[in-house]
Amino acid sequence: MNGLIHSEYPRETADYTHAGEASADIKRQLRQLGVSANVMRRVAVASYEVELNLVIHSEGGVLTLDVFPDRVVLVSKDRGPGIPDVEMAMREGYSTANEEARALGFGAGMGLPNMKRNADGFEITSQVGVGTEIRMMFMLQ
Amino acid sequence: MENRYHSVRLDVSRCRGCTNCLKRCPTEAIRIRDGRANIIDEKCIDCGECIRICSYHAKVAVVDAMETIKRFKYAVALPAPTLYGQFRGLKQPELVLEALKQIGFDDVFEVARGADVVTKAIREKMKTGDIPMPLISSACPAVVRLIQVRFPSLLPNVVDIRQPMEVAASMARREFCLKRGCAPEEVGCFFITPCPAKMTAIRRPIAQEKSELDGAVSVMEIYGLLLPHIKKMQADPDFHLATRYGISWAVSDGESNAVCPEDSLSVDGIPNVIRVLEEVENGKLKDLRYLEGNACVGGCVGGPLTFENNYVAKNTIQTMAHSMPRRHPDEDVPSSCLNKYPVRNDRRIEPNNAMQLDSNIIVAMQKIQRIHELMERLPGYDCGSCGSPTCETFAEDIVNGRCREMDCIHLMKQEIQRMAQEMVTLAQMKRE
Repeated sequence: MNGLIHSEYPRETADYTHAGEASADIKRQLRQLGVSANVMRRVAVASYEVELNLVIHSEGGVLTLDVFPDRVVLVSKDRGPGIPDVEMAMREGYSTANEEARALGFGAGMGLPNMKRNADGFEITSQVGVGTEIRMMFMLQ
Repeated sequence: MENRYHSVRLDVSRCRGCTNCLKRCPTEAIRIRDGRANIIDEKCIDCGECIRICSYHAKVAVVDAMETIKRFKYAVALPAPTLYGQFRGLKQPELVLEALKQIGFDDVFEVARGADVVTKAIREKMKTGDIPMPLISSACPAVVRLIQVRFPSLLPNVVDIRQPMEVAASMARREFCLKRGCAPEEVGCFFITPCPAKMTAIRRPIAQEKSELDGAVSVMEIYGLLLPHIKKMQADPDFHLATRYGISWAVSDGESNAVCPEDSLSVDGIPNVIRVLEEVENGKLKDLRYLEGNACVGGCVGGPLTFENNYVAKNTIQTMAHSMPRRHPDEDVPSSCLNKYPVRNDRRIEPNNAMQLDSNIIVAMQKIQRIHELMERLPGYDCGSCGSPTCETFAEDIVNGRCREMDCIHLMKQEIQRMAQEMVTLAQMKRE
């Protein structure tokens, strides 16, 4: 179900030049809504992490923002490669980032746990060869 | 009624309605309406970017004229250390301080001494546990106002200690009253300011009930008055001087070198400050201890109310600081100082909701929907011809009822084409 506000941000693999623009636009919209500083801060961190995940780990995908009167929903859906062991990936310090990404300071293995910590609701489903879907929810009140 | 005071103003008679300031304003606070620039009070942070960019000098900073010091029985000058940087080759601040007395001030107190006390206060604070990372400097009022407007989620990171000029003014007033045996209200404390943001911070303090200062005179005006005196001055050896660290607060890096040399980041120039604050907001700098942000390039020496080139001034200050003793404020400032004078803010820094489209979230959401629809039709040139800085802000202005779609010359052109086409069709219909 789409929210009253619905925005889509397609992201391609290793497209570092656009990385961060989706989270910047999401923050702008939330500022226009007058969302509280606390929610703002958590959405900022989580949206940036999930956007960079698409760029670093995925074979391309889309980040979507949906805003409802009572909540913000972020969904990241990619076209692969999929995570073989989701439970392992959720552990702090675990990372599969390649050399190029690590050289840029990414891949500390904090991404997924950090998203989960900042969101009020977090779901992840993944299938190797198909893709990964991450759903995050933030309550506005 | 909220005080709307701003030092940055428009001189309508000089404004040509060009788009230079429109495009440069970091908080999208300027619109061109009826052929003249308009500053939106709620969004303006008094950074002075528009003053710098305006080729017609239509943007001005309102500060106090030197005359105003006569309103008080006694006047004390509080020069920002930036003032020293205006005099190429200056070896010691005493010459400037002595010259200030020649031009009409009864006494002088270096704001750099306030910076020494603030340095110590922040360092003490950082020793206690549970400090947000990074701690963000509160010294540049334009940056603090930028955070209020664009990064409200970072307000808890802003250090809750007063600016050096405020601490210096408390000290100056008390010292002067003790020395001369006069009442505090007989003494006017005047900041010698490099920028309009400090002037606004005096008239409309961000985190204090009332400023300790009574006004501000620009570095530029003072420079002209001092020049004839400074060359023939003899330094008074009795001045209590600030440390080299306090003086270095005038230049970018100076504050972070004094406060947290082991782990700090300093960024200058408002577009650069915005980029770093985005990183902080995204949670990327949680390992950083101290962040110094200056709206002006080079730090306060780059202020719009200064005379000397900011890079030259930076060199002058650094050279002077280098020749001074290596005393750090940690040893130089007695701990009792932190209790004797007010160094803490009186109140919390509140977010500024100027970006909010409506206080009702449902209405705000509908407005965003409308903005998205409008963005599909707008050309995305960000040309500024409509009087709004970008197509996106133009769409915002439409949904807020401040503009009409046909204010966009490109949409207008399309509309004219459509109407012309319709007329041709109509004309052809008649011929049949």
